[in-house]
Amino acid sequence: MNLEELNQIADAVRAENGKYDYAVNVCQGTGCLAQHADQIQAAIGASAAAAGKNVQVRRVGCLGFCAAGPLAQLEPEGHLLKGLSVARADEVVSSLGGSPPPGLQCELSELVEKQVQVVLENSGKIDPEKIDEYIERDGYQGLVKALTELRPVDVVQQITESGLRGRGGGGYPTGLKWGMVAKAAPGQKYVICNGDEGDPGAFMDRSVLESDPQRVIEGMAIAAYAVGASKGYIYVRAEYPLAVSRLTSGLREARRRGFLGNNICGTPFDFDIEIRIGAGAFVCGEETALIASIEGLRGVPRVRPPYPASAGLWGKPTLINNVETFANVPPILRKGGAWFAKVGTAKSKGTKVFALSGKIRNTALIEVPMGITLREIVEGIGGGVPEGHSFKAVQTGGPSGGCIPAELMDIEVSYESLIQAGSMMGSGGMIVMDDSSCMVNVAKFFMEFCMTESCGKCIPCRAGTVQMFELLAKICEGRATMDDLDLLIDLCSTVKEASLCGLGQTAPNPVLSTLRYFKQEYIEHIQNKRCPAGVCTIKHEEVPA
Amino acid sequence: MADVTITVDGKKITAPAGALLIDVCRKAGIEIPAFCYYPGLSLQAACRMCVVRQEKVPKLQTACTTTVAEGQVFFTETDEIKQARKATLQLLLGNHPLDCPVCDAGGECELQDMTFKYGAGESLYAEAKNHRDEQQWSPAVFYDRPRCILCYRCVRMCGEGMDVWALGVQNRGSSAVIAPNAGNELHCEECGMCIDVCPVGALTSGSYRYKTRPWEMNHVATVCAHCGDGCKVTLGVRQSSEGAKIIRADNRDKSGMNGDFLCAKGRFGFDFVDSEKRLAKPMIRNAQGKLETATWEQAIRVAAEKLSAVKSASGGEAIGVIGSNFATNEEAYLLQKFARTVLGTNNIDHARTADYARFAKALAGKPGRSAGIQDAAWAPAILLVGGDPTEEHPLLAWNLRTNARLSKARIYIANTQSIRLERQAKATLKVDDYAKLGEMLAGKGNAFAEAVKGEEKLLVILNGDVQGAALDALLKWGLDREGVQFALLGGAVNSRGAADMGLLPDSLPGYVPVNEPGAFANEYANAPKKPGMALHEMLQKKLGALIVQGTDPLGELGVDGGSLKDTFVVVLGAFESATTAVANVVLPASTLYEKTGTITNNFGDVQLAQKAADRANVKPDFEIIVRLAGAMGVDVRTLVPFGKHGLTADLGQSRGAQAGEADRHAVWLAANNLEPKLSPFDPMALLDEIERLVAGYKLDRLNLFAGNPAKAEPGFVPVSALAGSGTIQRATAGLFTTPGLSQYSTQLAELAEHESPAKAVAAD
Ligand SMILES: Cc1cc2nc3c(=O)[nH]c(=O)nc-3n(C[C@H](O)[C@H](O)[C@H](O)COP(=O)(O)O)c2cc1C
Ligand code: SF4
Ligand code: SF4
Ligand code: SF4
Ligand code: FES
Repeated sequence: MNLEELNQIADAVRAENGKYDYAVNVCQGTGCLAQHADQIQAAIGASAAAAGKNVQVRRVGCLGFCAAGPLAQLEPEGHLLKGLSVARADEVVSSLGGSPPPGLQCELSELVEKQVQVVLENSGKIDPEKIDEYIERDGYQGLVKALTELRPVDVVQQITESGLRGRGGGGYPTGLKWGMVAKAAPGQKYVICNGDEGDPGAFMDRSVLESDPQRVIEGMAIAAYAVGASKGYIYVRAEYPLAVSRLTSGLREARRRGFLGNNICGTPFDFDIEIRIGAGAFVCGEETALIASIEGLRGVPRVRPPYPASAGLWGKPTLINNVETFANVPPILRKGGAWFAKVGTAKSKGTKVFALSGKIRNTALIEVPMGITLREIVEGIGGGVPEGHSFKAVQTGGPSGGCIPAELMDIEVSYESLIQAGSMMGSGGMIVMDDSSCMVNVAKFFMEFCMTESCGKCIPCRAGTVQMFELLAKICEGRATMDDLDLLIDLCSTVKEASLCGLGQTAPNPVLSTLRYFKQEYIEHIQNKRCPAGVCTIKHEEVPA
Repeated sequence: MADVTITVDGKKITAPAGALLIDVCRKAGIEIPAFCYYPGLSLQAACRMCVVRQEKVPKLQTACTTTVAEGQVFFTETDEIKQARKATLQLLLGNHPLDCPVCDAGGECELQDMTFKYGAGESLYAEAKNHRDEQQWSPAVFYDRPRCILCYRCVRMCGEGMDVWALGVQNRGSSAVIAPNAGNELHCEECGMCIDVCPVGALTSGSYRYKTRPWEMNHVATVCAHCGDGCKVTLGVRQSSEGAKIIRADNRDKSGMNGDFLCAKGRFGFDFVDSEKRLAKPMIRNAQGKLETATWEQAIRVAAEKLSAVKSASGGEAIGVIGSNFATNEEAYLLQKFARTVLGTNNIDHARTADYARFAKALAGKPGRSAGIQDAAWAPAILLVGGDPTEEHPLLAWNLRTNARLSKARIYIANTQSIRLERQAKATLKVDDYAKLGEMLAGKGNAFAEAVKGEEKLLVILNGDVQGAALDALLKWGLDREGVQFALLGGAVNSRGAADMGLLPDSLPGYVPVNEPGAFANEYANAPKKPGMALHEMLQKKLGALIVQGTDPLGELGVDGGSLKDTFVVVLGAFESATTAVANVVLPASTLYEKTGTITNNFGDVQLAQKAADRANVKPDFEIIVRLAGAMGVDVRTLVPFGKHGLTADLGQSRGAQAGEADRHAVWLAANNLEPKLSPFDPMALLDEIERLVAGYKLDRLNLFAGNPAKAEPGFVPVSALAGSGTIQRATAGLFTTPGLSQYSTQLAELAEHESPAKAVAAD
């Protein structure tokens, strides 16, 4: 395979698409499928045939506005339809070429305007199971270019230049990590794609895997070439059956087209990928636990160092990156590291995908440039909090992150500034809270999550999360004293300082950040036995008669 | 590895680069608390007790996972660190039952010790003590969930250490528990290693639970009474109305050559001392043919008179003597000396389990060719021929596994069957006859042989069933090469000692031929020079008298007692048996845990066995033999040169359970070249003679008395000829049985029943 052949495939796809007057792209992501998007697609197809219209009815990946689904996009006009049903299929077909049927059109304006799509560039535009459609949108040019024009060190150099940092949460510079694995002693090496995505409410990675699996496969193949690996694993949680099936067919297609297997693109480079399905423990997203899980052991973290880059899977040098990290790689190779680095802040480059949810009008999967302010996301893209409420805070980073208060709404989204604000980038959950949210209760929610998800290996996390949760529950119920609050603060530092892996080390963050900005709410619960947001049920001491 | 210098708490320490900080500190006398760290097992970094501060590193570091490099600076005892440890302990205690007063580990608990040290006694978190009932996993192992601190030592010991993998972790977070992988029951080797490594009282031993408190026992270090590997075992002994009773056996101070290890037999098989079959009183067969109890004086007199009568009527050749694999070296030596010099017979043998005579002959005059059992843990390459060490020689198997795991030893296995150790082997070879192996190794073209020959240093371990020409060929092959060492595995605790001490019809101690006695010519003035009868012959030849010491030849060999109808049989033994059933005089003897003496293991390591238990009315074989000789009118000084010359220590035979003290006493005496008072019943009185006459038994006494192995390399005198007659039985041992004492252990019987194939679900 070379660039010319890629172009031929792309031309063939374009020729095929050109045969139609219209196209209806029906989202077949998990959210829309749950509302029978497959049946809707079939109904639209049947209706078009009956009406004798020349319509291409296609399955596509996520259109981003999941809460309003089932969704479809009409071409060539570009209207986005929401709330579709089988019953309205005929209406959709007859409206083609004109204005969409009443009540079905999405108002896009700001939702789309502020976004920059790199990772999601194909999402909702191509059939995730057709590799040729991916190729039509410049897919696999990055890999072909890497294999035929660049040495592995040059590939690493491109990634370093791009400034790409790990999207799995920690933000470790990707080029640096690739370089370490590339420099590790030669021999068997592995590439792992971390698709465990355990943060409650996060579904960025799932969406990428479901909507554009080839992008991740291409990213991994480029990485494997750069670091000298011949075998890859994609670790996906079992709760993502659609992602697994799209990946399975994606891998088959990629092999068929010769992007996986031996002598890829006629070069000496060999690489193949296997899917591993995780049982859905949050901690299995931690890289060493994930590796143990792939090895068939209990998924619990191990000590680092040694880092996976020197001794990972089966003790061999292993590159492990997040789904979104890999998804950024093909365009970097295609367009160059410098192109990528144009978007973003000084230290945080490119875009970030967020799952925007909570007390917000537009619940959506969005991709924004680094450096955008939280206000632009919440008020602009998200459309603000519901009528009659006031915005209070936004939670990022999931159970490892924190709450950023309204006063800090103008900080920019970057790894550094979020940490400075007491939160973190995390993998991309963004939960908006308004005056009806109790911050102690929010802290308790995340602590409960950490407590039940703690693997139990190390004492501080295993026992500390239980005790922190108990104390938070006590505060919420109005049973706590100020001594309990002091104990909670002490515990936060013990658990943060002494835990073995990131789960325990960051578990206190939601407590610490809410204490930092909303300490008064804690004190209200304790001293006045009152929940300002009216969320917590205060248990009044039974006074014996 | 190159040495580096680091600074810990202001002190400069030099250590090999890459060593673990926790080890480096401990060696330098700096205490680092640890629950999850266990030397030799994989690193967990789970308990977070070992945290230290490293200069210029933002977070506290775990000493158990930090490797040392030049110039590092650490602090281990600052207030910050103490506070962190205290906080961790408080979290642990928040979910701990604090039932120390009734806990088996009370007084031996690492959690208790640390709580005391870091002052974390007050429980901050009174809320969440989730109670669960104690579980019984097997007759040997009980688990008390609330006490478990989840250090995973047990899981790793069972998996990595034992290669059994019977334990695992279930659930996660604070509901995590340790559980048998097979379900509610443990089906495994029942070695109890998990109990041993448990730092708290979460895993307890079925045999010891709630019996006593650690500080109410005396602890006596001795040698395990079962297989021929010779583990050091510590017996916990409590005084009782009947004497001193053994409550438990364990590996308390880990100072023996077995290091961390004890198998099920060593740990649970101590209760043979209390077997219902123990002989309690001397007995004499009366005129009606019934055994009736007698006093010691009567029984000894009857035996002595009859032996004297047979000797004067038919000569020494009419008397046979059968010794055992379970007596001390001193007893074995004394028995054959008594036979040769007092009875005047060479009809002496024991149930041989390996051809040590042939082995000694081959190795004679070639120092450095015989290995110690610890070499199996260090040697870079091992060729294991025959046997199944996992069951028959558990310590050897442990050493081999440890060696393969930690030092990447290359293990080559040649066997007629498939054995578990193959999992650690680099190469295996199925053979149908060991006789062809020597030739095959010498030949060309076989990949296994080539790999073995590629090894510069090789330890060849031969099981006892490699005999005769097969043994000769392998020994010759190895002796022709440089860097090859050998060991030959016998069946029971002192199989090697029995042979070394001359319980053989044709060899004197040290495998000196009876017909060319050399130095023994003067020492054993009247000893016969013609080789005597071997074991089977003695049982068939209708001798006038037969002395059987510490063994049951009729039962073990399945010989019909009828053949001894006209023979006067004297049994010195601890248990009722097929042989006592036909005996004329029965003299109740002490078992190995009730006496003192030296024991030689399969590899020639000599160790001190010390008296732990005490039992009314029984006597050590040593004393019985001396008394018999005395009653026959012999000046016992000629047998046991006590009192005057060259006697350098008292083994504490008479001090019984206070032997710990005697131990120190003896070390002190030896160090100061002093002579204690001795009696003819003190086996120590013979040690000088053994050292003087038995080649290879020049022992390092300081080491011996300190409880360490003192190597013996017998056979280094030129041995001109050996008749080499006599059968060698294949001694088949199992996980819970070694021929001999294990059959009298109720606890081992229960474990065997629990693990019997009918009960055990497929545990693999
Ligand atoms: C408790 C815990 C859970 C994690 N879960 C995920 C996850 O679901 N997905 C992910 O990509 N990284 C997760 N990580 C981060 C990974 O350990 C690892 O840093 C990441 O996969 C590296 O990829 P990146 O450099 O591309 O971000 C988690 C870390 C911790 C401590
Ligand atoms: S910090 Fe928590 S999740 Fe991580 S190893 Fe410790 S117990 Fe397990
Ligand atoms: S049972 Fe004992 S050894 Fe095993 S994990 Fe619990 S405390 Fe540790
Ligand atoms: S039977 Fe053997 S391996 Fe087991 S404890 Fe005794 S000497 Fe050691
Ligand atoms: S000993 Fe280091 S963490 Fe347990």
